[in-house]
Amino acid sequence: MLSCQLSADWQHHSTSYEEPTLGDSPYGSLWPLPQKVQISTVVFKLSGASFHIFDAKASSSGASCRLLQNAYRRYDEYIFTSSRKQGQNKSKKALASDMSELQVWITSADSECDSYPSVTSDESYKLSVDSPVAVLKAPKVWGALRGRVHGFYSTHCLYSDEEKSINRTDIHDFPRFAHRGLLLDTSRHFLPIKVILANLEAMAWNKFNVFHWHIVDDPSFPYLSRTFPQLSQHGAYHPYTHVYTPSDVKMIIEFARLRGIRVVPEFDTPGHTQSWGKGQKDLLTPCYSGASPSGSFGPVNPMLNTTYDFMSMFFKEVNTVFPDAYVHLGGDEVDFSCWKSNPDIQKFMEQQGFGMDYSKLESFYIQRLLDIVTTTNKGYMIWQEVFDNGVKLKSDTVVHVWMGNKVEEELQKVTEAGFTTILSAPWYLDYISYGQDWQKFYRAEPLSFKGTDAQKKLVIGGEACLWGEYVDATNLTPRLWPRASAVGERLWSDRDVRDLNDAYSRLAKHRCRMVQRGIPAEPLFTGYCAHEYKGV
Amino acid sequence: MEEKTISNSRRCYKQWLWFMVLFMSFSVIYVDAVWPMPQMISSSMARYTLNPREFIFQYSSGSSAQPGCSLLDSAFERYYPLIFTDYRHDEWFRFPFTVVVHVERAECEGYPDADSSESYKLSVCSGQAALRAETVWGALRGLESFSQLVYQDDFGEYFVNETEIEDFPRFQFRGILLDTSRHYLPLHAILKTLDAMSYNKFNVFHWHIVDDPSFPYQSSTFPDLSSKGAFHPLTHVYTQIDVKRVIAHARLRGIRVLAEFDSPGHTQSWGKGQPGLLTPCYKGTVPSGTFGPVNPANSSSYQFMTRLFKEVTSVFPDSYVHLGGDEVDFTCWKSNPDVRGFMLKMGFGTDYTKLESYYMENMVNITKGLNKTAIVWQDVFDYHEKLCCSSLSVVEVWKGGCYLCEVRRVTKAGLRVVLASPWYLDQPGPTHDWARYYTVWPLAFKGTEQQKTLVIGGEVCMWGEYVDATNLSPRLWPRASAAGERLWSDEKMTSSVIDAFPRLVDFRCRLLRRGIQAEPLFVGHCRHEYQGI
Repeated sequence: MLSCQLSADWQHHSTSYEEPTLGDSPYGSLWPLPQKVQISTVVFKLSGASFHIFDAKASSSGASCRLLQNAYRRYDEYIFTSSRKQGQNKSKKALASDMSELQVWITSADSECDSYPSVTSDESYKLSVDSPVAVLKAPKVWGALRGRVHGFYSTHCLYSDEEKSINRTDIHDFPRFAHRGLLLDTSRHFLPIKVILANLEAMAWNKFNVFHWHIVDDPSFPYLSRTFPQLSQHGAYHPYTHVYTPSDVKMIIEFARLRGIRVVPEFDTPGHTQSWGKGQKDLLTPCYSGASPSGSFGPVNPMLNTTYDFMSMFFKEVNTVFPDAYVHLGGDEVDFSCWKSNPDIQKFMEQQGFGMDYSKLESFYIQRLLDIVTTTNKGYMIWQEVFDNGVKLKSDTVVHVWMGNKVEEELQKVTEAGFTTILSAPWYLDYISYGQDWQKFYRAEPLSFKGTDAQKKLVIGGEACLWGEYVDATNLTPRLWPRASAVGERLWSDRDVRDLNDAYSRLAKHRCRMVQRGIPAEPLFTGYCAHEYKGV
Repeated sequence: MEEKTISNSRRCYKQWLWFMVLFMSFSVIYVDAVWPMPQMISSSMARYTLNPREFIFQYSSGSSAQPGCSLLDSAFERYYPLIFTDYRHDEWFRFPFTVVVHVERAECEGYPDADSSESYKLSVCSGQAALRAETVWGALRGLESFSQLVYQDDFGEYFVNETEIEDFPRFQFRGILLDTSRHYLPLHAILKTLDAMSYNKFNVFHWHIVDDPSFPYQSSTFPDLSSKGAFHPLTHVYTQIDVKRVIAHARLRGIRVLAEFDSPGHTQSWGKGQPGLLTPCYKGTVPSGTFGPVNPANSSSYQFMTRLFKEVTSVFPDSYVHLGGDEVDFTCWKSNPDVRGFMLKMGFGTDYTKLESYYMENMVNITKGLNKTAIVWQDVFDYHEKLCCSSLSVVEVWKGGCYLCEVRRVTKAGLRVVLASPWYLDQPGPTHDWARYYTVWPLAFKGTEQQKTLVIGGEVCMWGEYVDATNLSPRLWPRASAAGERLWSDEKMTSSVIDAFPRLVDFRCRLLRRGIQAEPLFVGHCRHEYQGI
């Protein structure tokens, strides 16, 4: 009966989030919002035929900088795609253009054109749009990439396709947080290369700068290791069609570099390693049922020297394949029941004087793993449990906070202990709910915990996580965008940028821009884009 | 018939042994391959090799449909590449294989409708397949089942196991609603959905074509409706040609196109191109400038509707038309002095549900005059219950809560029911849990046999607030497949989620292979992953 009464309140179109009103933002479609921006009402015309992007004469990077040349071409295409397709600028009488040139000026002596981006990379830039020349100044190429993304594509949705135009604009911009990441999980479902590349591209549009590649896990081991090829041979879903070869990995890293994105691989141990066991005998702990082995396996076996020999060879390879200064070592969700069942482990516990405290055994393992990784000169990131369990960590360890409860307390503790940290707890994008949940992601504030200024500085950023239980190439992109864009702005823009109505207006346009560029970013709410998604 | 099947299978038995010896080494058993589950299916380990180069569809000599039957000819063309998904030249081994199709009544140029038979018998035996159906629609369903019986081994070789199927739908109405008003869906997104529907044996495309946000249907009688009410008058409309294409594409797949023109509520976009249609809302004694539902007090409203529905019913050949009638907000009507005057004149007092009933009564009569059966959302029945329900015929139950209570009430009143409540697929949970769309028991209410037969089927609804071409397919499939099996298959044979899971996992990989962007059910992989983005 009660349920019958309830049905009266049921609506076709229930909404669990309040609807922001769709007005026009004074900032047009800029996303994420720059730190300082002044847009005047003066408008300049832009025409595809006469407009060009040049290196400024004084710039420290020249035509040999592939990274910038590549970016120029990309953005030139984005800005003028539709008008050139329509062939409007084919006639020699190109439209008189008020602004014919964008000069890119890398101001510091070392442009870092051929390096990899890092957590300390300078991403700041200044953009001044004026007639007849617009100037983009940045100390390093990384800032120039961010500036490119901002200044020009933003004009796109503001005005008609017939003729591009741009307002007189001054931007001085820099990121609020240095680490702005996105986690993709290629173990629970294999993601074809094409999907990863497309999403790296979308990341660049949203000024993300870290691709956290959760590359292996329990279900499958798609990373093709040169040292231990049997890992993917036996541990991948399919040894040929569902693996990432060394050249695939290289391609992804370079593609990311050209967009100022770091690739941080995660090789999670000692738990989440079922797939490792298929190709590497004796790596995992045999579980016991009573007095005999049950045939199933648990976490990595922490008592064997062979385990550490394997890890040190394996991470030596990882160190050479992935250029980033950090590697993510996981360390989350270790289930102790298998260790407990194994008589050899029990004996080992006794010998080591761990008593019945299996978190000490976990610490023992992690400790030795960290020592191994330290010898390869890599820094490491670990999930919060490792810190919570009191493992001794190097001072430059990044603690990754992901658990949904007591987030502020955890941030307080981690930073009090002097560790840098990144936050993911509010940004698990694989959880879905009806309505505009981007608002929830947008409202999250990483520095709302109690702590000193020094503590707050230790929060270097955050990551949106898209775990793969229910996600593969079929639904990844629309599930990610534009929801991850909300995280993108939270991590890039000023803390005070939090007006939902203004954000909604800009984000709706930003999502249409992504759709027009071929990324199937899902809608925020009822409405339309001038150019709807053409895929399917 | 019965006898013939038996003798056939006996004869087959000897051949089984033959083939078994040949193929023992790579036997893969795919007996549960068909989704939704046929009413009766049995198969053996014996299997035949199919060679793409020696495979033909053929009409049986006694079939009333013969070459030239556009519907089946095009179905044969469609199913060939669906069966041989990556056609390779295999010269080394050949068995000719024929699918002989026999249809009793050839309605090759007709449209599927409410009373179309979809039953078929399929027998894969003696190195060939015989498909018998009363109608071409049944033949289509049988071809789909046959295509799902074919599988490939690790070496790319195609096989079909010896199989007997006798099949028919549990419910006659198995629909999917798409909403093209809240977001415009490009034509190809609709056509693709129709393809996927046919793989799942859905047979009604409920086209919720217009609503508050936009009016994309380009009417030839009232072109202003879309030129002023669409999101964009040129790029975001369905022209008459587009609509014809959708109907033709659907027809070839045995799918009815049920158009919904929802009124009197959900009509904001209509008002833009048809001044005077909507009720002006008042603030005190002056019009506030906003508008409410269709104005039921004006006779011109009914004249307009008559002309519009005359067009609609001639454009859409189906014998049903959906009149909507849901979620009417009375505040605007209450504010308007003319409407209040009309209420007084009609003796409705202050009961605005009577006014809505009056309006719907008129609408139902208009469609009756056009020889169409009207479907309405349950709201209309709920209001009518107090008055009379003589004019209603089919009610779509959509509200949550105790929806079977509502089904019981509606059938008790002698009206037919289409059930949508448990299948609102636009509303995801914390995960997209397919099982809750599977464990639905539409007839589990207390009622007479007569009442149960009045439940003519169900429908998956994909409302468009948060859905457009970017995310439609993965949000719809394979969750809608769960509803598809519930509506087609025998309930007892398909009551277990655990049994269904591996079959649905396989089926979703098959959908991927056919280019349908169906999302994963859980951790795992398909041999051929989706290659788009």
